[in-house]
Amino acid sequence: MADQQSTEGITVTLNGGQTTISGHDTLPLLHVLREVLGLKGTRFGCGQGTCGACTVIVEGKAVTSCDLPLEAVRGKRIETVECLAAGGATHPLAEAVLACQAAQCGYCLPGILMAAKALLDREPDAPDARIREALDDNLCRCGAHLRILRAVRLAGEVMTAATDR
Amino acid sequence: MSAPSIPLPLKAAPDISDWIRFGPGRTVEVLTGRVELGQGNLTALAQMAADELGLAPNDVVITSGNTERTPNEGYTAGSMSVSIGGMALRFAASAARVLVLREASLKLNADYLSLSVRDGDILEGGRPTDLDLRDVATGLNFAVPVIDYAALLVPERRTLSSQPLPRRDLPNRIFGTPFIHDFAPEGMVHGRILHPPVQGAMLRSLDLKTLAARPGIIDVFRDGSVVGILAGSFSVVTAAVDWAANRAEWAVPDLPQAASLRELLAGAASAETVILEKGKIPEEDGNAVEVTASRAYLSHGSIGPSAAMAVWRDGRLKIWSHSQGVFQLRNAVARVLGLDIEAISIEHASGAGCYGHNGADDAAFDAALLARRVPGKPVKVIWSRLDEFRVAPLGPGMLTTARAVVDETGALQSASICVTSAPHGNRPDTAGVPNLVTATRLAEPVPFQRSNDVPLPQGGADRNAIPYYRVPNLHVGKKLVHDLPYRTSSLRALGAHLNIFAIEMLMEKIAAETGQDPVTLRLRHLDDPRAAKVIETVMAEGEALRRDMEPGAEGWGLGFGRYKNTGAYAAVLARIRVEETVTVSHIHAAVDSGEIVNPDGALNQIEGGILQAVSWTLKEEVKLAGPLVATETWLDYPILRFSEVPQVAVTLIDRPEDPPLGCAEAMAGPVAAAIGSALFQALGIQICDLPLTRERIMAAALA
Repeated sequence: MADQQSTEGITVTLNGGQTTISGHDTLPLLHVLREVLGLKGTRFGCGQGTCGACTVIVEGKAVTSCDLPLEAVRGKRIETVECLAAGGATHPLAEAVLACQAAQCGYCLPGILMAAKALLDREPDAPDARIREALDDNLCRCGAHLRILRAVRLAGEVMTAATDR
Repeated sequence: MSAPSIPLPLKAAPDISDWIRFGPGRTVEVLTGRVELGQGNLTALAQMAADELGLAPNDVVITSGNTERTPNEGYTAGSMSVSIGGMALRFAASAARVLVLREASLKLNADYLSLSVRDGDILEGGRPTDLDLRDVATGLNFAVPVIDYAALLVPERRTLSSQPLPRRDLPNRIFGTPFIHDFAPEGMVHGRILHPPVQGAMLRSLDLKTLAARPGIIDVFRDGSVVGILAGSFSVVTAAVDWAANRAEWAVPDLPQAASLRELLAGAASAETVILEKGKIPEEDGNAVEVTASRAYLSHGSIGPSAAMAVWRDGRLKIWSHSQGVFQLRNAVARVLGLDIEAISIEHASGAGCYGHNGADDAAFDAALLARRVPGKPVKVIWSRLDEFRVAPLGPGMLTTARAVVDETGALQSASICVTSAPHGNRPDTAGVPNLVTATRLAEPVPFQRSNDVPLPQGGADRNAIPYYRVPNLHVGKKLVHDLPYRTSSLRALGAHLNIFAIEMLMEKIAAETGQDPVTLRLRHLDDPRAAKVIETVMAEGEALRRDMEPGAEGWGLGFGRYKNTGAYAAVLARIRVEETVTVSHIHAAVDSGEIVNPDGALNQIEGGILQAVSWTLKEEVKLAGPLVATETWLDYPILRFSEVPQVAVTLIDRPEDPPLGCAEAMAGPVAAAIGSALFQALGIQICDLPLTRERIMAAALA
């Protein structure tokens, strides 16, 4: 369905590639990802920016995508959970989360992993308190928090080691 | 070792072929009526079946919760997947192995007792033969009773059970798109039912014409007080429902606002039903110790809202749902729509985390109703967050009074427990009542009916109301609350959360008033060595947690319970810090849940059960305003966040010789009790109204 039309469309850098989306300027980024582009790894949780399930990274910063109109990210760099397994290479976070069995239902994980990636990209050696702070806007209902924290620390160690090399 | 009794599910599905199917390929299909709700049960069930069959775990595929294919095992609930569903599978898989090995002994001209299976290879005296389990199975008739052939492996012969195998479904849940929310078959449309602001409200007016004229709307219909909307996209249907919700006028039943939850529940309580009467309760008990505990209504709060997809084709209805009981949902839908159950098939599909009877079944009925308008087209429904808080069943608000008399030695002489609660059992198809919310507002309504709660031995409001402690004279009763407009049903642990809290607070108070050590007091009243063992274990292993308390600011406490008095044993230590709010810094738990099939899976469930219980106990409270559930968004309903999560240690006591007992739900009561006990130690006052929020702490401290 077309919302307010923009003739030229909106171009973004999505997981490293350029994408132009036409006819959905005011649609929340979450719905553009899920419905228009078919990238369904990012989850719908509340539609109000309060649970973090739809968290993506825009210009290095973790943001909720359910309350962010597409036009607000024109020309920006966007990363979604799909970037963790892009091109056959698996990101340390993806490996760590499985190694630690860091989920129960898994629904909140894509958003949490994006919040974690935004932190680790800046501070791969972030201590526990910083990780907790960075994930504090993301809700997990099953109670997998401690495993998630372990996984993020583990991924951070792997990323730190890779940077030091 | 206690001999395993014949699992109940084998009554409804008696044959081996009901549970185990050898296909044309190398994988063996295992069928279970249990469903994966994010708890990892299918991984454990596959382990149990593969173990008995002598197959590698990856050679087993598991089909679950499908009205066309799997056994009907009722609801996946009550931490019973492994203890009951898994045992049924073990019986069936062992029977299949026995049949195959009998055939193999003929083919090999070998002694049956010398045969075994490893990774599908049939071994004789431990040495390979050229036979494979799956080849021998081809052509055998498995439509024979499980109990005629079942012979479970002795625990030492199991190789997979007790292994921490990784979850089969986890990669797809995190990185894939397995959820109903992700479904998008060709021709699918999006639908929503407009739900009223208050349970039981009737629609007075809504401008359907303008609604239908909105761009992108495919269909709008009204049936009684039900308005359904179909559209080409999720965003269009969402905006249309919001538009309608802002304009619809409803006739709302009146209810004055109560001053407190205690008052609200006590005022609406029906007469007491006696659950248990033993010995004699003294009429004069002037020196009795009494505790009254309460718990607010709770929301399930799954991070993903309820969702479903349905399609009508040639008069037949197909539904995909994350219901806990697809067969019960089918009965309920059939009754409301006047269909033969044979005309409906329901397949379980993934939803977000499920902690009890949430909106899954309601969303499935919504989808069925909407799909009837557009035959041939699949219709997907995803509820709003508001629907999750306001329309889905809540965990009931509760009030439990526990009163005891102790003798001159400090021993419990008599106890009297009374539970006041809205019913915990309103699942679809309970006593033939559909219990589907939208069906209650149709032009020909199918209303909710008075619930009988969940009867013992499982228990609903009265789950764990009978103390596990020895007490010669005992009275236990419950008062159900029927006449409040808040919809309630089963949420994890049901009444056990508050009842264990109340009984443990009573024990703490008795200890304080009679100068006894609270841990010793518990131990002297426990006759079951397994109960004593978890307490002794957690006291020893959690020793560090109890050291170096800052007086007046920190405290530690113990909570104990045996879930349902028949399930897992849990003893929990909590260390807390009280400032303006209560912070739980450490939890140590010791859990005996019998045989542990997948230790990492059990730990994951126990950790999750602990953290959810910390959240309930410290933070959670559905806000009520007269008849209205006033909680609308996550901002109104804080839950535990990453910055608030305590350090958690768990000691599992594995008993491979004993039946598995389930685990996650066993944590709710003991965790609440441990926090309450710790708060008592830190402040010297008992606060028994949950959640233990800042307001309650401040009020109690100033009182």
